[in-house]
Parts: sequence; C-alpha cells; structure tokens
Amino acid sequence: MKAIRIENLTKTYKGQAVLDGVSLEVPEGGTLALFGASGAGKTVLLRCIAGAVEPDAGRILLGGEDVTGLPPEARGIGMAFQNFALFPHMSAEANIASPLEARRSSRAQILDGVGRVARLLKIDHVLGHHPKALSNGQKQRTALARALVAEPDVLLLDDPLRNVDAKLRFEMRLELPRLLADRGATVIYVTQDYKEAMAIGQSIAVLDEGRIAQIGTPEDIYLRPASIGIARLFGEPVINLLDVIPERDERGVHVRLSDQKLYLAPGYEAAVGRAAVIGLRPEALHFAEHGIPVEIEAETPFNEKTVTLTQTKRGRELFVSRPAGTPAPSEGSARISAAAENAILFDRLTGQRIVPVLHAREAAA
Amino acid sequence: MTHQSPLERLLRGLALVLVVCFFIFPILWIVLMSFQTNETILRSPPSVVFRPTVSNYAAIISGHLDSNVASMGIEFMRNLMNSVILSAGSVALSLVLGVPAAYAFARHKFRGSEDIAFTLLSFRFAPPLLVLLPLTLYFQQIGLADTYLGLIWVYQLICLPLILWIVRGYFEDISPDIEHAYRIAGHSWFSTFCRISLPLAGPGIAAAALLAFIFAWNNFVFALVLASADKQPVTVGALAFVTASGIQYGQIAAAVVLSILPVLALALYAQRYLVEGLSLGAVKG
Repeated sequence: MKAIRIENLTKTYKGQAVLDGVSLEVPEGGTLALFGASGAGKTVLLRCIAGAVEPDAGRILLGGEDVTGLPPEARGIGMAFQNFALFPHMSAEANIASPLEARRSSRAQILDGVGRVARLLKIDHVLGHHPKALSNGQKQRTALARALVAEPDVLLLDDPLRNVDAKLRFEMRLELPRLLADRGATVIYVTQDYKEAMAIGQSIAVLDEGRIAQIGTPEDIYLRPASIGIARLFGEPVINLLDVIPERDERGVHVRLSDQKLYLAPGYEAAVGRAAVIGLRPEALHFAEHGIPVEIEAETPFNEKTVTLTQTKRGRELFVSRPAGTPAPSEGSARISAAAENAILFDRLTGQRIVPVLHAREAAA
Repeated sequence: MTHQSPLERLLRGLALVLVVCFFIFPILWIVLMSFQTNETILRSPPSVVFRPTVSNYAAIISGHLDSNVASMGIEFMRNLMNSVILSAGSVALSLVLGVPAAYAFARHKFRGSEDIAFTLLSFRFAPPLLVLLPLTLYFQQIGLADTYLGLIWVYQLICLPLILWIVRGYFEDISPDIEHAYRIAGHSWFSTFCRISLPLAGPGIAAAALLAFIFAWNNFVFALVLASADKQPVTVGALAFVTASGIQYGQIAAAVVLSILPVLALALYAQRYLVEGLSLGAVKG
C-alpha cells in the first residue's frame, strides 16, 4: 500500500492550462473519487500519475517516493482506461496476464493469478476470447482484471463504467467498493457521475477547469458544497437556488421567501445585508399547512421519489422531492416549508459558500 | 445483404466479368504469346489456336537465344536474380529504417518533424533523372556505381517514402492508450514497440512492403543508368530481346511471365495476411 500525494501539478496544452496547480492526497488504502465535468482535467491528472503524460511542473509521490520523472513501467501502478485499451491481438487471458509477465512471474503463477482474478470478476469462461469477441461488460471486466491482477499498490480507474450498460453499471457500483477494499490498494477513481462518486469514494475531489474546487467526504460535498457550481453538480433534481438578502430580527438571521421568513441555522450573522443565494435541496422542502405559497406546475416520478415542480408568486421555480407514494397535492395551490438547518448560503458575487461562524457560546447552546 | 432480383444479379455479374476481362486480357495474351513462336504470334489475323511450345521458356532458362538468323547468349535468369536481390534488399533496408522512423513521426511531435517527413515524401516528386546525373558522378567517385549496395541505396528513394508514409498512418491509428496500458503493466518502451505497436501495424507494414517491392521491381531508369550488365534487373534486361534481327516477342512474353511470377506469388501470400489484419480492428472508439 502506498499513499498518493500530488503537489502543485501543472500541465499546459497549447497555452491552455489543463491542470493548474493541483494538489491532493489519498491516504494508504483510501479511495478518492475524482469528479468533474468532461474537460475538467480528470483524465490528464490520472495520466500524469500513471506516467503516460509528463506534467510541466509539480511532483507526484507514491508512498513518499517521488516518481515524477519515472517511466510508467517503473511506477508499479494498475490502471483501467475508460476506452478499456485492451490489446486487440491478444486473448483476454494474455491481456490480463501482461502485468504478471512483465514481473517475470512463472507460467504457473501467471495461470493462477489470472484464474483467480477472472473468477472474481466472473470472466473465467471467456478467457480464450479476443477482445472483439467480448461484450462491453466483459471488456470492462477484462480491463479491470488486468489492472488488478498484479495487486498494485496504486490503482487508477478512469471512468471504467462509462461504456457499459446501465444494469452492469449499477451492479458494479455496488460491487466495486468491496472489491477495492479487499485489495487494500490506494485508489483514484475518475467519474462524471456524482452518484458513482458518492457510492465509491471515501472522499471526493471535485475538479473544475484544472483546479481542485473541493475535497471532502461525500457528505461534506453534498451538504456543504464549497460553491454554487459544486452544489449544482451534486444532486438530482438540481438544488433550488434563490437570490436572497439575509436579514436579522430578534429571533435571529432569516431570509424572506415570498414574504415568509425562513430562519437560518445559527452562525450567519456575517451574511446579514449581503447579496446572497440560498440553496435548498429538493428533499429539504416539503408540503405543509403553512409556508411559502406556490402553484404546482408538474409532477414527475423519479424511481424511489417523486419530484414536484412548483412556482412561487414571484415566478421562481422550486423543486420539491418526497418519497414515492407519500401523499401530496398534485395540482393547484399549495404551501411549502423548508428545513432551515439544511439551507446552504452562498455569496452571490463570488459564488462561494458562506461558512457559518459558530461562537463558542452558541455552539455550546 | 440487401435483396437483389435475379436480373440485377445477372447484370452485376456481367459487369464484373467485363471489368475482369478488361484487366486480365493483356496478361492472358502475354501468357498465350509466351507459348508461341515468333511466326505464330506475328501471323495475321491473330488466332488463339496454336500448338503450344515451351521453347521460349527453355531458351530463357538455358540462356541461349536462338533466332532464325543467329544464336546469342542472354542472362535473363541472372537479371531475375538481380531483381530479387535489389527489390528484397531495398525493401528490407527501407523497413529497418522506415518503420522506426514512421513510429517516431506518428508518436512524437518534435520541432520540425512534419518538415522532415514531408521532405522525405518529396523525394517521390522529383523526376528520377534529375537526381541520377549527379548521383552517377558521386557513385563513380566513391565506388558505389555498379554495386548492389549502391543500387539498394538509390532504391531507397522509391521505397523509403512509401513505407514511411503508409506505416505512419497505421501507427497513428493505434490508440496511444493501448501502448500506455502495456507500459503501465510494466513493460519497457522497446518491448511495447515490439509486442504492441508492430503487430498492430502489421497489416499496414505488409501492405507498404508489398507496394514498395512492386515499385522497386518495376523500376527501370535507376538501374539502366547505374548498373552494368551483371547487376541489371529484369526491366533493363528485357531490352536484350530487342535484337538486330528483330524483336523476339515470344521470348519477351515468356520473360514477362517469369518476371511477374515472383511479385504475384508475394502478393498472394501477403493478401492472406492483409485480410487477417484488417479484421483485427477491435479498439473501441
């Protein structure tokens, strides 16, 4: 096991900074989900770590050893590519065996290692096939098996579930965390799917235009996103964002939504009077007797939940989410109230989250 | 397959037959000629009915050209051997030089790489005679004139650009990720080149080598100027059949058939490999 440490990594292509001073750390045996839109630099970062791309500046340390200048074959990494990158002229077995061959293992060791990982990934029946004879799911598993077979200390998975069908993706999303935990390797898992990032990562790094926008636990990122942009990336349907100006009265700091006062959790004194944006997750809103008056526009079943699109008097749209099958008005007028403790406040100008400052007295209370 | 009516199939077949006839006819006619004597070839009107004779082949292989006027020796078999040596030698040298160069041009964009690649291609634009005159002078001074080595060197003008540019395209088509994957698995750069890049570009290398071989085989003017009798390939050697006593059509035809055979055999052999390679494309886009 080796910890991964990236220091100030920078890579420029044609004057465009693809990675701009990226620093991050994954502890030994940890799993980091690297999340970001396409073009954010996730794949380039992974390739820098693997040695397939040379960074312009910065350092990469694996287990405390600086590997920045080392060729890929000297880094002891396992990597699964998004496009699988299987060797088309070799059988699945030869594909999986290649890392063991490079380590000059004996024939028996190779057969044993390949057989074990193939059984684990349920591809032992197609080992003799060439990649073109494999289904996408089998290709993906073959690529994964190739990355795992030599039991590398560091495992890089570049969106391995991108090109497989929905059913397999769902299965693998459940299976992978256990598989990775069993291996004990330090993992960086690249994905564009926030659900995948939250299911697989012990921590999540959000990459945006070549910079790390936030690193934290899945809970951190979801409940305390660092900026409006990140808040919008996580969650379905998307977070409700409303322009507000926090005010204060004798009960505390509140915002006005359709003339209804919504009292915020303590700690937002500094936000009073500032142009702000309040973020309310759809599941933090619910229909109630009292609250913000809205008109119901549409209702959409969303598997395990039902999402209602509503409109306030001032024409602002709000998504309200509730567990499927629970009663709720489906048309006409209604009122919604919000769980204020789950509200997130952002600065309207910078888009950054306004962090509540808890004084010792309030924290104790 | 789309459905075809019988009439459509018939017309399609007919069209194919016509096209094949058009291309095969000259070769067929040459083959027929090679089994005839000069008299039967030159009779008017021509006829496909004749008593076949192998005297033309016998004359060429034994090296004795007997015409109705006189007897003379020719060295056609030696020319054929020269052709094989020159073509195979120059293709082999081109592969050794061109394949690694093509890989470099495909994978590593360095300063001036495009210019160098284009300069190499531009050798094909220059009229051969333009380079031949100065080359003849140089070669005579440094002792390369009339040697296999010198000819093979000059033949690089034909083979190298061809192999370089065709193979480069094949290397570019290989996803770099496949090479990265092999190196990350722990293999060295050289091992990756040999085990991944070369096999995957194999069909392209075979096609380029075959083409280069044909071009080298058919070359006339380099050998005409730079080689003396004992180094001349078939293309130049065939001139010997134009004798003072007339043109020996039968023997020329036999010589042509003999000189086509090696290339044809090579093409048939390489074809299997080409088709096999083309069905290999299994990289997901």
